[in-house]
Amino acid sequence: MKEREAWITGIGLVSALAEGAEAHWAVLSAGASPRVDEDSFAPFPVHPAPVLDLDRQIPKKGDQRQMEPWQRAGTYAAGLALDDAGARGLVSEMHMIVAAGGGERDVALDEAVAAEIAALPPERAGAVLNERLMTGLRPTLFLAQLANLLAGNISIVHGVTGSSRTFMGEESAAADAVRIACARLAEGRGDVFLVGGAFLGARWDMLLLYGAGGGLWRGAFAPVSARPGGGMVLGCLNAFLVIEAAEHARARGARPYARIAAVATDASRRAGPGAIRASLEALWSSLSGMVPAGPLAVISGASGAEPAWAEERGFLSALAPAVLRTPASLWGHGMEAAFPAHLALGALALARGAIFAPCDPADAGDAAPAAVLVSGVGHWRGEALGLLLPVEEGR
Amino acid sequence: MNRPRVAVTGIGIVSPLGFGVAANWAALAAGRSGIRRITRFPLDHLRTTIAGCVDLPEDKPGAPLSSAERVERMAVLAAEEALATAGLGTPGAFPGPLFLGMPPVETEWPQRLELVRATGGDASYRGITLAALSRPDIHDRFCFGGIGERLAARFGTRGAPISLTTACATGASAIQLGVEAIQRGEARAALAIGADGSVQPEALIRFSLLSALSTRNEEPERAARPFEKSRDGFVMSEGAAALVLEDEGAARARGAEILGFVLGCGERADSFHRTRSNPDGSAIIGAMRNAIADAGLTPADIDYVNAHGTGTPENDKMEALGMRAVFGERLPPISSNKSMIGHTLSAAGAIEAAFSLLTLRHQLLPPTINHDEPDPTLGLDVVPNVARPARVRHVLSNSFGFGGQNVCLVLGEAA
Repeated sequence: MKEREAWITGIGLVSALAEGAEAHWAVLSAGASPRVDEDSFAPFPVHPAPVLDLDRQIPKKGDQRQMEPWQRAGTYAAGLALDDAGARGLVSEMHMIVAAGGGERDVALDEAVAAEIAALPPERAGAVLNERLMTGLRPTLFLAQLANLLAGNISIVHGVTGSSRTFMGEESAAADAVRIACARLAEGRGDVFLVGGAFLGARWDMLLLYGAGGGLWRGAFAPVSARPGGGMVLGCLNAFLVIEAAEHARARGARPYARIAAVATDASRRAGPGAIRASLEALWSSLSGMVPAGPLAVISGASGAEPAWAEERGFLSALAPAVLRTPASLWGHGMEAAFPAHLALGALALARGAIFAPCDPADAGDAAPAAVLVSGVGHWRGEALGLLLPVEEGR
Repeated sequence: MNRPRVAVTGIGIVSPLGFGVAANWAALAAGRSGIRRITRFPLDHLRTTIAGCVDLPEDKPGAPLSSAERVERMAVLAAEEALATAGLGTPGAFPGPLFLGMPPVETEWPQRLELVRATGGDASYRGITLAALSRPDIHDRFCFGGIGERLAARFGTRGAPISLTTACATGASAIQLGVEAIQRGEARAALAIGADGSVQPEALIRFSLLSALSTRNEEPERAARPFEKSRDGFVMSEGAAALVLEDEGAARARGAEILGFVLGCGERADSFHRTRSNPDGSAIIGAMRNAIADAGLTPADIDYVNAHGTGTPENDKMEALGMRAVFGERLPPISSNKSMIGHTLSAAGAIEAAFSLLTLRHQLLPPTINHDEPDPTLGLDVVPNVARPARVRHVLSNSFGFGGQNVCLVLGEAA
């Protein structure tokens, strides 16, 4: 049986820079400056969370109250993708794979309880902890921060009920979500998929996790290529894609941005120098035969973490693409949202027959791409490459 | 479409009933409860003080393992047993991908307090974040991909490990993803694991604040009462199960003993409410029907249902409604393993799929214990209190999750 093509027919994108596919294209093409908050979480610079007019995508106040900001932002971006695809009428049979991170903690409660019990003897500390949590935790907070409840809320608010799966595992989770959605679509297990992730890095619970061991950039903001020794600046990024079988899209007159020709993922153990680059080269060898003649644009998912970035640079310098863009220098590292967001930018570029302005001083080239390669090298584990190709009848 | 059948050639189980398939099946068939009073942490001020607990050698008095470590340890134990049974590949080189169903994990109170002490008493997040700059172990332990990475390294699975959550359907989703990968021809084998280790104070309190847990603290063994009239909630539990899934042809070609089949998988999401099913039952009915259809069967072919059966008033009512909608007048017997092991959350779908395979192998329906007074509104044959021999060819295993994620599996006997 001939495999069915996977088209991107809808984009929902929200970052500190803009909201929506069109607005991002406009801002990025004009040569955007990053929005950075160096003070609120010093010494860790972050890209602030976008302010959302929630009523536009989550009309019921009750639904808004049942979520914390991360779930709200993801549910909002998912709604944008459905609107962009004109796919509201398809939700009951739509399949969903969400790449999710950890939900929010009640930071004030954590700090107050920790201050009270840290010096107590263990048995006493345990008893006080129970008492403070029993009275201090909001009953609904559990659900408002549970990883699978981003998908749950998308089902409730937007009615997506074909199926619902949530992958966990930082950057890789999103790449594998797209890979598996495309594989299911190709074999005929579903016609329309909603795939994406949300990440709000401007939160202390995220900074604690990703700062542990020294993974975050400290001090004044710098773009990815200007961080000696490496380090991530966390962003607030929410990205969902509607991925649709070509014939299904054609039948309903939906015009695609681009075709996802392939997504290849792996996880090397990163046991020694060169492991990440070797992994990327192996992934590339599985895709390179599909790349047409003409300028290749790479949209790098570089997070800023080392040694991932150095090894990806080695891979890219051998590949020598006509165009390189590093969006994390503008909107920060988006963790679970990064790969779908970068696919969205690549799809936009193919649809426009143009490339947006450089994001980082090391970015190069301005040729209209014939194909786009999206890289996703996890800050700790996981390597992914996605290949996007133009579609004749694209928008 | 001509998809290969997916055989199960290895099973591993860890639950409050014991370590290993043999110990678990013996206890389950005997109708023994694994629920008891919690001893792992202080119980002051708690409404619920009972759970199903798996004590591990690494648990030290006053310093139990974190949930993340517990998940990893139990997943390893279950996988080791399943791999030893399957005899596939060589140690440290499993020829297929890993699908790990697990709960979200995070930095817990012991680590938070340790960091506060390291700062000399600064309990602010800024303070502990700075104190954690020299602690890569915290990142590696509590990032979502960490457990899957270490399992993949240990067992030598291929490709990127997939960690996933669909709440209480997680274990079934892990199996479904493995089945799909084999049916697509991406791999000849897959390792599917469901594991959970959430019996710690904050997780218990969170479920307690949702009023989801039984408070029958004075008689722990009798607290989990699925489908019984006086049921008052589920009992938190933990454990892990692993299945080695294999393309049937590949398993037969290497002369492996086939323990059973995963014949069908069905899923359906609910859009009604965060913790409750749509009163019309459409999502759980859809998931059950999809699984049976995916197996190429009809409802009349299902001989027994391994219930989600949490023992919350709401779940059991909805599951009975789903049963009547799918099976009509000819209701097959249905029993809940959770009456004995409690609700193992992210592990439940995998543990109960493993028990369903053992049900097929032993031709014995495990009971629903603590069945003193039937709930007359349900009208189900719940195999009350005592295991029952039966001719079983096909089992439907139900898993319904908070957040509306419902997954059902159809398991078939090795024939």
